[in-house]
Amino acid sequence: MNTDFINQIGLNHYLILAALLFTMGMAGVLLRRNVIVLLMSIELMLNSVNLTFVAFSKYLGLLDGHIIVFFVMTIAAAEAAVGLALAVTIFKRFREVNIRFFEHLKG
Amino acid sequence: MILSSVVFLPLLFALIVAVWPKTSSIRHLAFGFSIIEFLLSLRLVQLFDSNTAGLQMVEKHLWIERFGISYFLGIDGISLWLVLLTTFLTPIIILASWTSISERIKGFHVSLFVLQTAMLGTFLAFDAIFFYVFWELSLVPMYFMIGIWGGARRIYATVKFFIYTFAGSVLMLIAIIYMMYLTQEATGAMSANLLDFYKLKIPFVGGAFFSLQTLLFFAFALAFAIKVPVFPLHTWLPDAHVEAPTPGSVILAGVMLKMGTYGFMRWVIPLFPEASEYWAWLFMLIGAVGIIYGALVAMVQPDVKKLVAYSSVSHMGYILLGLFAFNSYGMSGGLYQMLNHGISTGALFIMIGMIYERTHSREIAKYGGLAGVLPLFTIFFFIVTLSSIALPLTNGFIGEFLILLGTYQAQPVFAYFAVTGVIFGAVYMLWMFKRMFFGAKGELVADEHHPLFDLNFREVAVMIPLVLMIFWMGIFPNHFLDYSKASIDNLVNNRTNYNLTIVEPGAAEIMHAQGEK
Amino acid sequence: MNHSLLMALVILSPLIGFLINGFRYKRHSANVAGVIATIAIAISFVSSAILVTDLIAMPEESRRIAVKFFEWLVIDRLKIDAGFVVDQISAVMILIITGVGTLIHMYSIGYMHHDKGAAKYFAYLNLFIFNMLLLVLGDSLLVMFVGWEGVGLCSYLLIGFWFTDSEKAAAGMKAFITNRVGDAAFLLGMFLLFVTYGTLNFSELNALAPTVAESSWLGAVTLGTLFLFIGATGKSAQIPLYVWLPDAMAGPTPVSALIHAATMVTAGVYMIVRLNPLFIMAPNTMMVIAIIGAATVVFAATIGMTQWDIKKILAYSTVSQLGYMFLACGVGAFGAAMFHLMTHAFFKALMFLGSGSVIHAMHEEQDVRKMGGLKKYLPITHITFFLGWLAIIGMPPFAGFFSKDEILAYTFNSPMGSPILWAAGVLGATLTAFYMTRLMALTFWGKSRVSKDVHPHESPALMTIPLITLGVLSVIGGWIGVPHVLGEYLGHIPNVWEHWLHPLIKGIPGWQTLDHATEFALMGTSVGLALISAGIAYHFYVKAPDAPKKIAEKIKPIYNLVYNKYFVDEVYFGAIINPLVNLSRNIWYYIDVNFIDKMTYLAGDLARGMGSVIRSSQTGNVQQYAMYIGIGVVVALSFVIMR
Repeated sequence: MNTDFINQIGLNHYLILAALLFTMGMAGVLLRRNVIVLLMSIELMLNSVNLTFVAFSKYLGLLDGHIIVFFVMTIAAAEAAVGLALAVTIFKRFREVNIRFFEHLKG
Repeated sequence: MILSSVVFLPLLFALIVAVWPKTSSIRHLAFGFSIIEFLLSLRLVQLFDSNTAGLQMVEKHLWIERFGISYFLGIDGISLWLVLLTTFLTPIIILASWTSISERIKGFHVSLFVLQTAMLGTFLAFDAIFFYVFWELSLVPMYFMIGIWGGARRIYATVKFFIYTFAGSVLMLIAIIYMMYLTQEATGAMSANLLDFYKLKIPFVGGAFFSLQTLLFFAFALAFAIKVPVFPLHTWLPDAHVEAPTPGSVILAGVMLKMGTYGFMRWVIPLFPEASEYWAWLFMLIGAVGIIYGALVAMVQPDVKKLVAYSSVSHMGYILLGLFAFNSYGMSGGLYQMLNHGISTGALFIMIGMIYERTHSREIAKYGGLAGVLPLFTIFFFIVTLSSIALPLTNGFIGEFLILLGTYQAQPVFAYFAVTGVIFGAVYMLWMFKRMFFGAKGELVADEHHPLFDLNFREVAVMIPLVLMIFWMGIFPNHFLDYSKASIDNLVNNRTNYNLTIVEPGAAEIMHAQGEK
Repeated sequence: MNHSLLMALVILSPLIGFLINGFRYKRHSANVAGVIATIAIAISFVSSAILVTDLIAMPEESRRIAVKFFEWLVIDRLKIDAGFVVDQISAVMILIITGVGTLIHMYSIGYMHHDKGAAKYFAYLNLFIFNMLLLVLGDSLLVMFVGWEGVGLCSYLLIGFWFTDSEKAAAGMKAFITNRVGDAAFLLGMFLLFVTYGTLNFSELNALAPTVAESSWLGAVTLGTLFLFIGATGKSAQIPLYVWLPDAMAGPTPVSALIHAATMVTAGVYMIVRLNPLFIMAPNTMMVIAIIGAATVVFAATIGMTQWDIKKILAYSTVSQLGYMFLACGVGAFGAAMFHLMTHAFFKALMFLGSGSVIHAMHEEQDVRKMGGLKKYLPITHITFFLGWLAIIGMPPFAGFFSKDEILAYTFNSPMGSPILWAAGVLGATLTAFYMTRLMALTFWGKSRVSKDVHPHESPALMTIPLITLGVLSVIGGWIGVPHVLGEYLGHIPNVWEHWLHPLIKGIPGWQTLDHATEFALMGTSVGLALISAGIAYHFYVKAPDAPKKIAEKIKPIYNLVYNKYFVDEVYFGAIINPLVNLSRNIWYYIDVNFIDKMTYLAGDLARGMGSVIRSSQTGNVQQYAMYIGIGVVVALSFVIMR
């Protein structure tokens, strides 16, 4: 098996992938209406950032990036827990997960 | 430590009341607390050394070093009686609201105690930022007091009250910050200490409005003028009073308005002597106009509480007039009038509250002939009315006489106008008294389904201390004026070069201890 | 006895009486309340008498008992003591106040017998005496002012005593407020004198008075005394502030006797006499006082001629008699003013009490048209009233003759007086004789017009004893001031009065003694005119009762003008009070509510308007907010990168 291409994957590839993932996540946050999907999109954005950190960490040979990734993952987990809990509560109360429905802060 | 305890004890009381489990005993608890606080403040009088103009019982600790902000409490002859007024009125207010406040009793008493701390702090703080904190803190409980326990249009009134006063105090904050920079320029270190402010020499250019001292002067003066309130800035007052519950009105008229005039005495006049002198005519003018204007408008009010509210505008005009006379008569009279107004207008509001509890109306036209039905109430109301129209041997006379005398010495022309307030004061009060108490019985008084009961023991107990003070202050004014004489003389004589020295803590106590031995 | 103690007794015993009766405010018994109150005043009277005897015992030059209780108000140069002085002037006053006061208290027990508010009534009466004593005993203008306002308060309370009647309550209010107008001027006078002389103490002020008369109208002395005089016109019911006194008759009749005849209304005269060294140095003020006094004499007397209410007639008569006192002050005859003050206190108190007795007998009827022929029902009242009548119309040797003639003689002869003022005074005396005779005739003489339901009866002894006492005083009261010209002929009767007051009264500059012939001529003129006038009145109202009506018909416009009191009240209402109330309503509505308040709303609207522009961006849509954030990040980043 020719594994050469693996060695050819450089920093740029990771960064491009991360950028793509981030853009997808951001598009999801901005455009999708389901609260659950919104949360998933946020996770996607976080993970794209993680990917960037790891890529740089490997490229520069430093461990800092790895460490930050752990932090981000912890926070992402916490955020997901809180976010999902909120989503469930909101659903229970309003029977609705469409984000466009929640406009109570309209000025 | 005594000043700290005086200021912050009510806050502790507020905490205790907030966590107190039994609603039924909260009133008794709060009343007991307020009495303790009053006794503690009496101790201040005992410790106070009336011979010095300096700052006594000082407590000073650095709070925010970088900006020179400190925890700085002190007392002198100007603050002393205002502190006493505050602590004197609080138990009376609690007793007076015994039955009229029937819901959210806990919240009410918590607000009251927080408010007490804020007011006492305002009178005792000698650091600009520290002062400002108390000044603003006082708005919050008052906001709730009107907004929760008030009348039908309470939200409107409370927002108006809040925004009015807040608009003024923001300007004051800017001025305070500017003055802190000035101290940095002058001494190298930033300071919010009022005594350092006093030492500043702020350049003054007569005639130029956009000169430094004039601008700072107006920033401060506007904040205090709104609080007082002086004539064109007074429209929040009638609304706030009419909508506020009785205790709210009493505190508002009794103490909070004095925060404004106190501000003039403590801040505006000594900090900006040249500007004060230059613009004195303006403030005397609005004082004199306020006296007449307030009296005339009070005369035609159909609502008795609004009448008293407008009479406050008139009475506060006297105080302003006295302060800007810049002589010991006017200043002493102004200070005395602050106490008088606190007691007599406070008493009027309490009594209006009492009758409102019975009839649920404040419309003068619906009363009439009360004197025949409620003799005791009538006697008390009449005595307070006399104090309000400044009859000799009541407290009001001393204040008004000194103010007018001081004004006459400074600017006779304003005295000629202001003296008509003596007449109009009698007109609106006595006319109201006639319509409510004399003549044939009005519809509310004659209503057979709701017979009116004369004052009960509690209500008499509320009125007795007030009436005693009215006569005590009227017959023996020197008992009170002696304490503030040194401070006022210092303010009058050294206005352009004002300074307060700190009397070493304990000096007075040591002297007392020696005296007792 | 210790003078401080005596002074305290004089002043405080009425106050204690007030407190006792005040705390018994619900009690109805006139007997108990009245006895308490009367004893309180009697104690005060006895103490006063002891003080005055002590005063008499002192050597003439140093007659002065000064007592200082405590420092009342001390600020800077202002030093006011709670200090009280008995000297020749105040001695007379305290004797009148407590003496006549005791009699009237006694009388009140009978008069207020049926009233349910008796305890309250006597409490007020005692409070009045207390304040009146403060007024006359105070050693400074400010202490006097305390009493000055205090008596106004008591007057207010007593006029409106039957407060369920709205009109009576209004009369009380009118009295207080009219007095307040004067008081405001009084305050200004005090300020001016204090700023000029640095003191408000009477003896210091009198000592500091300039020695040369001040000719300018705007000088401190002239202006200060003018202000004080305006204060006096309020309290002593002179033009233009007299309007409250006739209305004040709404109060119980003994009150009218005590407050509105004998004591309080004379406070203005007393004040001027107290400060006579100051007043006499302000000839312009003196002129104003004399003119106002003379005008009031005539003005009030003419109104008195047309009234039908027995108390109103007496009220206008009081205003007129007070005018004499001011006329005397204005021409520098301060001693004569005090003399008339005293005799007037006797005979006017007597007449008011007499009218009270009549009203009591007639079951609260005050209209003289419904009286007549009461002589046979009320013999004692009639006799005493008769003595009062003789005194007030100035018949020798009754009290009023001596005092009034002294005033007229001074007015004629003083460099500050003039024959015109004298003529006004004589005209006043003539009119007085007319309306007083008319009052006598309509009430006591002629045919009875009493309605058949009313059975008049003589009052009880409690009420007649004061009447008799005052009647005697009205006869002999004038004998202590017999003028020299008469005294010489009658066997060297000394003028005790003049001698007594002499140390405190400043002489009139440029005074020359009148020759005897002129003085007799003056006396003769006024007495003669009074007699003629009284005769005409007697003829009109007893012999030919139809005549007055016919004359009134003939001069209808003038009669109506006078009958309606020259429409002064209406003018005051139309020109001052109503416009002021309307102005206040307009100020409240247009300026306060619709201008100032609206202006503050504008500030609020401005903030709100600015907010409403931005608020449209706040859709409440979270995703939109996220979009803003995203755009913001992109903009910020591109800004950083592009740079």
